[in-house]
Amino acid sequence: MTDFFDSPANKSSLHTGMEARERLRARYRAEWMFKALGLGAIGVSVGFLLFLFTTIFMQGWPAFTHNFVALPLELNAQTLGDEGVISEESLSGADYDAIVRTAIREQFPEVSGRTAKRTLSGLISPGAPVLLREALLADPERRNAPNAITLPLSDFADLYLKGQISRSTYRTGEGELAIEVSETGVLISGADLAAGLESSGADGKISLSREMPSLLLYAGGGVFKLETLEGNLATARILSPLDAGETTKALDWQVRLIEVPEANRKFSDREIVWTDKLVERQLVQAKFNTLFFTRGASREPEMAGILGAVVGTALTLVVTLGLSFPLGVAAAVYLEEFAPRNRLTALVEVNINNLAAVPSIVFGLLGLAVFLTFFGMPRSAPLVGGMVLALMTLPTIIIASRAALRAVPPSIREAALGIGASKMQVVVHHVLPLAMPGILTGTIIGMAQALGETAPLLMIGMVAFVVDIPGGFTDPATVLPVQIFMWADFPEPAFQQRTSAAIMVLLAFLVVMNALAVVLRKQFERRW
Amino acid sequence: MSIWFVFTALLLVPGGLYFAGRGRAVALAQGEVASLHSKQEYHGAYLLIWGSAPALGVAILWLLFAGIFTDYLVAGQLGSEFSTLNAEQRATVLQTAQALLYGSAFGEATPLVQTASERYRDSYSLVNSAFAGLGTVALVLGALSGWRQISPRLRARQFVETAALWLLMAASGVAILTTFGIVFSLVFETWQFFKFVSLSDFLFGTQWSPQSAFEGAGAAATDARNAQIFGAVPVFAGTLLISAIAILVAAPVGLMAAIYLSDYAPKKARVVAKPVMELLAGIPTVVYGFFAALTVAPFFRRSGEAFGLTVSSESALAAGIILGVMIIPFVSSLSDDVISAVPESLRDGSAALGATRSETIRKVVLPAALPGIVSALMLAISRAIGETMIVVMAAGLAANLTINPLEAVTTVTVQIVTLLTGDSAFDSAKTLSAFALALVLFLVTLSLNIIALRVVKKYQEQYD
Repeated sequence: MTDFFDSPANKSSLHTGMEARERLRARYRAEWMFKALGLGAIGVSVGFLLFLFTTIFMQGWPAFTHNFVALPLELNAQTLGDEGVISEESLSGADYDAIVRTAIREQFPEVSGRTAKRTLSGLISPGAPVLLREALLADPERRNAPNAITLPLSDFADLYLKGQISRSTYRTGEGELAIEVSETGVLISGADLAAGLESSGADGKISLSREMPSLLLYAGGGVFKLETLEGNLATARILSPLDAGETTKALDWQVRLIEVPEANRKFSDREIVWTDKLVERQLVQAKFNTLFFTRGASREPEMAGILGAVVGTALTLVVTLGLSFPLGVAAAVYLEEFAPRNRLTALVEVNINNLAAVPSIVFGLLGLAVFLTFFGMPRSAPLVGGMVLALMTLPTIIIASRAALRAVPPSIREAALGIGASKMQVVVHHVLPLAMPGILTGTIIGMAQALGETAPLLMIGMVAFVVDIPGGFTDPATVLPVQIFMWADFPEPAFQQRTSAAIMVLLAFLVVMNALAVVLRKQFERRW
Repeated sequence: MSIWFVFTALLLVPGGLYFAGRGRAVALAQGEVASLHSKQEYHGAYLLIWGSAPALGVAILWLLFAGIFTDYLVAGQLGSEFSTLNAEQRATVLQTAQALLYGSAFGEATPLVQTASERYRDSYSLVNSAFAGLGTVALVLGALSGWRQISPRLRARQFVETAALWLLMAASGVAILTTFGIVFSLVFETWQFFKFVSLSDFLFGTQWSPQSAFEGAGAAATDARNAQIFGAVPVFAGTLLISAIAILVAAPVGLMAAIYLSDYAPKKARVVAKPVMELLAGIPTVVYGFFAALTVAPFFRRSGEAFGLTVSSESALAAGIILGVMIIPFVSSLSDDVISAVPESLRDGSAALGATRSETIRKVVLPAALPGIVSALMLAISRAIGETMIVVMAAGLAANLTINPLEAVTTVTVQIVTLLTGDSAFDSAKTLSAFALALVLFLVTLSLNIIALRVVKKYQEQYD
């Protein structure tokens, strides 16, 4: 028997021959492939999740800081007072627009012309006067320390300082440059400014149009935008004037290449130079973006915040919790502990399972047709939003609560009944407290669902552009997911960042809630 | 009357009733609570129920009828200028007047509307105070009668427990009420819609552009054209296209993930991978939508350009793929359940015959779990069809009848959202068509769910 496997008769058998080995190898290969596919599926999911989170994080993170500028503001009796006297009234009525405008223009006295001046004032957020007013009304003494008041820069200036407008490369020049400023323009000679540039025209002359990357020359304290280049000669436009006179010779000079053409960005070369100057003068400071957390909706990205939406969400969820928790638990208790097994209860059960699968937008239509139109409740109100979300989360809570009630062993009930408790006492005194951790876990998960829900709230008008922080359950309000939806539609890149930042806040809330559910389950759930 | 006043009243009155009843029971027992039939807490609850139930009844009446009473009162005061209008105009006047009162009216108000609005203010306070008075009377009468019934022999516990049971029953009735409300509102508005457009035009028409529906004077002349623009076939086709793409993504990935997790993964990997799947399921859909619209769709457009293809920036592909990713955890957790439910003995038997693991899974486990997997996929499809935010943000608005996934298509949910946001008037065919679409959506998802449950019940093998 020992040489059974080696006997020549078996060499070519179905199970040991070369063909059989080949077959076996193919089967193992298929096995390996199958396993790899499974692992790949997990990998795809995990990879997507990581990709999603990193994208959102990379986009949203910069929005948590903003660049503020501390200008030497003229806050005196002349600008703030009513005929020289500063009072509460004059403070609230003063022309803060003018104060901010004057302050920024004083930084750049050389700027002339209406358009240029307007562009210059545009470096500061249009919301700055409002903030200044609020700051002074809150504490009038702050006018004595105007340098301590920081105002937000405009969204594009902020993006530029965060390096998101364009990349720049600098090249330090060699040799002496002669700069001549005349009526017709600026003539620069002495060195080959085009060195390193790839494209030069047939005759060696390059005209730099708005569709080409910008070349800025920093020399003699001034900044020039190069317009044409030809050998050692160049013409340019002044962006920032020379320190001294009209003609100068400079040994130290730099050429800066801004890669994105001026025509393709919303932040011109001039504004770049101005912003750089403000930074140079140490007026600009990047700070934590408190505005994002303390303000409501706004058309200006730098003034837009999530506080209104967060408060709206809180009000809505209070209504949702207040309705769906008692109703859900009561329904679960009835169905699990009291209901007779008959057709009616079977119908209710089928009903609840089906409700759990109804698309959320249908609940929105229910709210629109029944709560708003039939009962005439106010549009955009957290009250109605909370009611709609309560109906939506009710099945989740009922199903989770029933599971928790079912997990309580019958021996508990029998023991309580045995010592004379009524059915209701058994449930209220014994079963419900034991099932509570499970019920609360289910409720938190239901609330997390409601927190992320958007579609039904669109139907009942919670898309309104609400600037004020809602103060009650019937005030017009919006919620965080809807705010994200609205911001996602705005074209400004700064709004895209804020959308991502708002998503980070929303996800943080969700993580906290789910962590709470997990902790609750781990700590209190008993297994029998 | 501020909302805080109402809140305080809602807390104080029942609390007061409870303690009054409790106190009376203790007083009647002369401090010997053991002589009471029911514990004193039940007497408190007894009085609470007797006092608040009638008042609650009045509150419900107020909720249901206050509006009707007020309309009636106002209409009676407006005189001949109002009564000569036809029914529709009257309703418009009353609606605008109310909107004016709440400060949400647009444009100039006519004198009639202004008077009506003032009348509304007066009538509201009249009707509200009448109901408030009625409620107070009911409260006092109920409480008095309860107060007189309290005695040591009173079987308060039985009464309170029965009332509590009724309360529990009513709570479970809310689910039925919700379903009824959904069906009723959808069917009612859809019925209105089919007064404008015939059923066959809606179900089989191939042009969908309700935004261009012509309303108002002269609409009659263009009625024929009007009815033609409510053909929902392109919308249904778009929904199917996007859902098909989604399920093509979700089915293989979700199923393979479930198989790996249940049959291959070591315990440690399971501990990590399961929460990741749950995390994927917990991300709000608006986040997926943002991601689809701002990252995935532009990526597809650029890659399409690289290959010389024109990819719409709202392509069905981008929306469908992200929708698919969204339902991966749904497919995987449902299939994981059914795959794990296949008994180990089947796997052992297959292994004993010399099958590799993958052969066991493909030839033994999957056939055994097939009904469950089919039902999981159907539930996933129903989820995909009903999903709103991803498609609202990433899919198109224009209803193109195409099967090219690189073009923009629209879906039922997108249309519902666009037709109904920012519009509160319900009388136009345009807004009503959203309800017709929603009814179709509701019926389709409902039947998918029911069929899915049936499939499992009917074909799932029972192992014991």
